[in-house]
Amino acid sequence: MTAPLHETSAGEATATVDGAPDAPGTPDNSGASKAIEGRSPWKIAWTRLKRDKLALAGAFVVVFLILVAIFAPVIVGLLGHPPDEFHEDQIDPLFGTPIGSWGGVSSDFLFGVEPVNGRDVFSRIVYGARISLLVAFLAAVFAVFLGTVLGVIAGYFGGWVDAALSRVMDVMLAFPQLLFTIALVSVLPNEFLGLDGSGVRIAALVLVIGFFGWPYVGRIVRGQTLSLRNREYVEAAQSLGAGRFYILRRELLPNLLAPIMVYATLMIPTNILTEAALSFLGAGVKPPTASWGQMLSTAITTYESDPLFMVIPGLAIFITVLAFNLFGDGVRDALDPKGSR
Amino acid sequence: MLAYIIRRLFAVVVMLLVVTLVTLSIFFLIPKMTGSDPAAMFVGKQADPASIEAIRQKLGLDEPILVQFWHFVSGIFVGRDYTGGGDTIHCAAPCFGYSFRTEQDVWTMLVDAFPVTLSMVVGAAVLWLVLGVSTGVVSALKRGTVIDRAAMITALAGVSLPIFFTAMLAMLVFRTQLHWVDASYVPITESFGGWFGGLLLPWVTLAFLYAAMYARLTRATMLEVLGEDYIRTARAKGLPEPVVLGKHAMRSTMTPILTIFGMDLGALIGGAILTETAFSLHGLGGLAIKGVSERDLPLILAVTLITAACVVIANLVVDLLYAVIDPRVRLA
Repeated sequence: MTAPLHETSAGEATATVDGAPDAPGTPDNSGASKAIEGRSPWKIAWTRLKRDKLALAGAFVVVFLILVAIFAPVIVGLLGHPPDEFHEDQIDPLFGTPIGSWGGVSSDFLFGVEPVNGRDVFSRIVYGARISLLVAFLAAVFAVFLGTVLGVIAGYFGGWVDAALSRVMDVMLAFPQLLFTIALVSVLPNEFLGLDGSGVRIAALVLVIGFFGWPYVGRIVRGQTLSLRNREYVEAAQSLGAGRFYILRRELLPNLLAPIMVYATLMIPTNILTEAALSFLGAGVKPPTASWGQMLSTAITTYESDPLFMVIPGLAIFITVLAFNLFGDGVRDALDPKGSR
Repeated sequence: MLAYIIRRLFAVVVMLLVVTLVTLSIFFLIPKMTGSDPAAMFVGKQADPASIEAIRQKLGLDEPILVQFWHFVSGIFVGRDYTGGGDTIHCAAPCFGYSFRTEQDVWTMLVDAFPVTLSMVVGAAVLWLVLGVSTGVVSALKRGTVIDRAAMITALAGVSLPIFFTAMLAMLVFRTQLHWVDASYVPITESFGGWFGGLLLPWVTLAFLYAAMYARLTRATMLEVLGEDYIRTARAKGLPEPVVLGKHAMRSTMTPILTIFGMDLGALIGGAILTETAFSLHGLGGLAIKGVSERDLPLILAVTLITAACVVIANLVVDLLYAVIDPRVRLA
């Protein structure tokens, strides 16, 4: 590898990308320039990402949070109490606030106890990470899938298909999402298609957040497809007799991957905030299942006497969203062909 | 131009009809699909079958959804009569029906709530537009410096904070601990000072979040614009830097910001649900939450419709303003 040679200036990296905008996925390109060792845009992006300290810090926190969510039962078993266990002995019977100072923080209750019923805040935060990340990830996957499929269809086929899909996207973007979601959740039954209460809510959250997210992806993908479909290499493939779906799959999708990936990473923090907001408004998972937004909505009545119970779930949301944003920004900068940083 | 406006207005009307129909459907089709009775759900759990039936007939809940949809839409323009148990109540246009819970005229409820939301959002919008755009411009011009980095890290933190958390923190510090501001909303017609003091925290909280978003957007757009050929041309022909930046660069920077601003403003005026809930303000957002938690269909329908209307009308206004700001845009 002649990496040091290419590392010299950002301008050169730009030139590499600009020179081969259709490189990913088209294997013919790599063989042609063996002597200079052309690096694929993905390799360049990876080198840039590795240099971006903030993005790496974000990635580190993200991995940590995912591990916390996966191993929640183990962590709580070691360091906390069961998330639904009441500890009335930790609560002042007169005021309903924790007896210990600082919200009842102690070596036994790492983040203190919940006012009134004395549940372990640490355990509820750890379990809350599961809901937050699960909903955010699944909703992002759903939105990216729908947005990519419909965006490509709109951009590639054009005509009335494009007109119809673009209208639908416009309507969806004008739709009051939060209001619609809480209205929808309020009429959902407790059990549906074999799912229990929390399952119904989680499924509803994923579907609704994802469903309102796809137009954002759809618009980007549509625009990109529109500008790509008239490129020479697509015409070349057409004249060689390639079918529509071959072109979609082999010529267009690989070039759409970068913007889609950027959007997917940046959609996760938005989804986390939306899930927290819905839980805050009472449209999230049902208690006793713990979620961060719901803890904040409980705290709204007690934060003046017990501020820590409000600060901890708030910080949990903040740190998670910030980490995903740092990582997402890093990915975006790294994949940006015009970027120099 | 006129043809364009008419075509767009037509699209606005269609869009609002779709939103209404979808909202109406949620409250009729989903309970039906899962086997519960909408009338019983709205009347309350303890109601006897006779009163459920009476309500159903009076409100027309027994009719097909499209007929109800028609009644609702025509009620907005020409008013509507409710007949049940012998007497008739006339609801004058614009009729959004009566609340299932308080039996108040929904239109009156909307009119009462609107000034709260409007004063909160407009005050915040002025703040965030000034703060966000100027931070973004300075960051872009001082790219890579300490100022830029500090501003962008603050902005990133700002967009990562849930607004209801910021709201509670602000209340905890400035209201509970320092006693700097007052607790509740006072109409501007009663006392300007009370109005200002009551809304100061909501303004700052809301503006912080949006200023952060706008600073990021402005910086990114500005950097892109500064790389354009016509900026180089402007500099090359010897224009002074303030003219290049102020006249040439700012114009195209403002275009995308204006788009977002229109959408945000519309969406917030239609109900800043989270901010209003966190600050216990009784605006449109508070009304929405009330409607949903009490399953008050007329209220929900009305607020959804108003919110959607605000968004689409704001979009239309922005598109028209485009033609003024950006000489490249021609409406046809």
